[in-house]
Amino acid sequence: MAKATAAIVGPGNIGTDLMYKLLRSDLVEPRWMIGVDPTSEGLRLAADKGLEASHEGVDWLLKQDELPDLVFEATSAHVHREYAPRYEEAGIRAVDLTPAAVGPAVIPPVNGEAHLGAMNVNMITCGGQATIPMVAAVSRAARVSYAEIVASVSSRSAGPGTRANIDEFTRTTSRGVQEIGGAERGKAIIILNPAEPPMIMRDTIFCAVPPDADRDAIVQSVVAMEKAVQEYVPGYRLLQEPQVDDPSPATQGQTKVSIFVEVEGAGDHLPPYAGNLDIMTAAATQVGENIARSMTGSIR
Amino acid sequence: MTDLNTLARTWSEDLDLRLTDTCLRDGSHHKRHQFTAQEVHDIVEALDASGVPVIEVTHGDGLGGSSFNYGFSRTPEQELIRIAAETARRARIAFLMLPGVGTKDDIRAAQDNGGEICRIATHCTEADVSQQHFALARELGLETVGFLMMSHTQPPEVLAKQARIMVDAGCQCVYVVDSAGALIMEQTADRVSAILAEIGHQASVGFHGHENLGLGVANTVIAARAGATQIDGSVRRFGAGAGNTPLEAFVGVCDKLGWRTGIDFLQIVDASEDVIKPAMPEECQLDRMTLMMGYAGVYSSFLKHAGNAAERYGVSGAKILLEAGRRKLIGGQEDQLIDIALMLKAEADKEAANS
Repeated sequence: MAKATAAIVGPGNIGTDLMYKLLRSDLVEPRWMIGVDPTSEGLRLAADKGLEASHEGVDWLLKQDELPDLVFEATSAHVHREYAPRYEEAGIRAVDLTPAAVGPAVIPPVNGEAHLGAMNVNMITCGGQATIPMVAAVSRAARVSYAEIVASVSSRSAGPGTRANIDEFTRTTSRGVQEIGGAERGKAIIILNPAEPPMIMRDTIFCAVPPDADRDAIVQSVVAMEKAVQEYVPGYRLLQEPQVDDPSPATQGQTKVSIFVEVEGAGDHLPPYAGNLDIMTAAATQVGENIARSMTGSIR
Repeated sequence: MTDLNTLARTWSEDLDLRLTDTCLRDGSHHKRHQFTAQEVHDIVEALDASGVPVIEVTHGDGLGGSSFNYGFSRTPEQELIRIAAETARRARIAFLMLPGVGTKDDIRAAQDNGGEICRIATHCTEADVSQQHFALARELGLETVGFLMMSHTQPPEVLAKQARIMVDAGCQCVYVVDSAGALIMEQTADRVSAILAEIGHQASVGFHGHENLGLGVANTVIAARAGATQIDGSVRRFGAGAGNTPLEAFVGVCDKLGWRTGIDFLQIVDASEDVIKPAMPEECQLDRMTLMMGYAGVYSSFLKHAGNAAERYGVSGAKILLEAGRRKLIGGQEDQLIDIALMLKAEADKEAANS
């Protein structure tokens, strides 16, 4: 079966990590790496791996005789908003790893098969990929009136794009907590921790459920979701049994479910502490492969 | 040689130092975010009457802080900001925001409710997450302040570089923030001096102290001598951990040293007894837990959360704080205190099973 060809736009931490994952794919072939800075380390690594690397930006890519089937955007939200219409005009499917949220959002173990026909799909954020599966796990077992996620990542793993877009991170993630996670209201918090040696990505998910919710069903659903995410991110694990707190004034009369996870990365580009990169790029690879599978016959 | 008490830098023609009372923001931690509209009205009225030029009002963890992780607000913070702005006759109302917790929309709302000074706080190595917020605040015509939290964790030259990032983004005053109450005298002065050397011709420098090692006033005096012209404190120490620099004590010290603050000492002491004390759940104390925070360099706002987790899981709160220091947790990571408590409980259960 022919592989779908792909361009990665944005040779930063995320784009470079994604390249290593796509190089192992049976369904997607990364052929181009696109940046804007000739001194970019990511472009150099891509050229070493045999990709065509250009620092002349998307304009250069779109002028080529052969265009990719897929583009993976790993720049920043405002850059993607600018280029998304041009990918679509050129008939290129876009998997958006920025928080631009131009297209519908996808979280592989929750709605991985949805939107396969869309021209643009959004991967939300690293924090969203790490936490929304757990919100969905709780909400399939109980009504979730409110969910809140706290993502702590190592400072070293947060590049300039994430830093310049921190509001977009919280907004896009909280929307995903609602729309994909199934919470009636969502909130997202991100912390960049500079500790040395770098801390492994940690995420906490708090869900408000009714006092009569079936606690065993919630815990079973959470454990099943851990397994589902481990299929593409082996280093994703629950740190503790999910904790259930009875309603109190401190929980505004709601029963509180607390879930603690750690995401250890595969160490493709940055070391294993950068689980935030890994879960983002592993999820994007899954989504790209699903799209490639659905495109059989129409691959260029 | 100049007299020790002659300040090299002063705030304005009229004020040598400009003081901000933060009991309605930092004190929100001690109050578990349970301020009522009436309390905020009464405290602002009393502080304003005594001449406090700036009063900060927000959830303890800044705009948008009301949450499971940090504690839900009893009264929405935007309502409290509005009440404060309506009550103050002379004082300007400041609000705090932490990028990653609040957003630009929260800043807009706070301005609509009468907030005039936007204080943006980041961990002291992560200043670049604040750039879009400073840009917006300046565009909106707000006065800006930058908070370099947990300043004890970094040497002066690192703080100076981070201060530069904030000032280039639009920050008008960078604060050395001793979130853990762990700085000791000259360590404070060296940090203020280094930041001043970097940005002093463009912006001013401030100091925000905590009392966890009992050095709030002493650190603040030495910060002012080093050139800090904006000073934070909370009347009656009403703040996180062992509390902030007691503002009324610092006003008294300034009177003795001849530093003009514009605040009437007798009036603020009356306010402390008659208005602030009744609003406090208890006095802010130097005790086992709060001393541990200064000693281990732990973010002061962890105090109540560590206490909650200790009680919930039957483990030592002091040990939770020491482990938080060992893990190098920073402000905002309150969720990890529960993980630490569960780890300590698992260790204790294992020991019990073996004995």
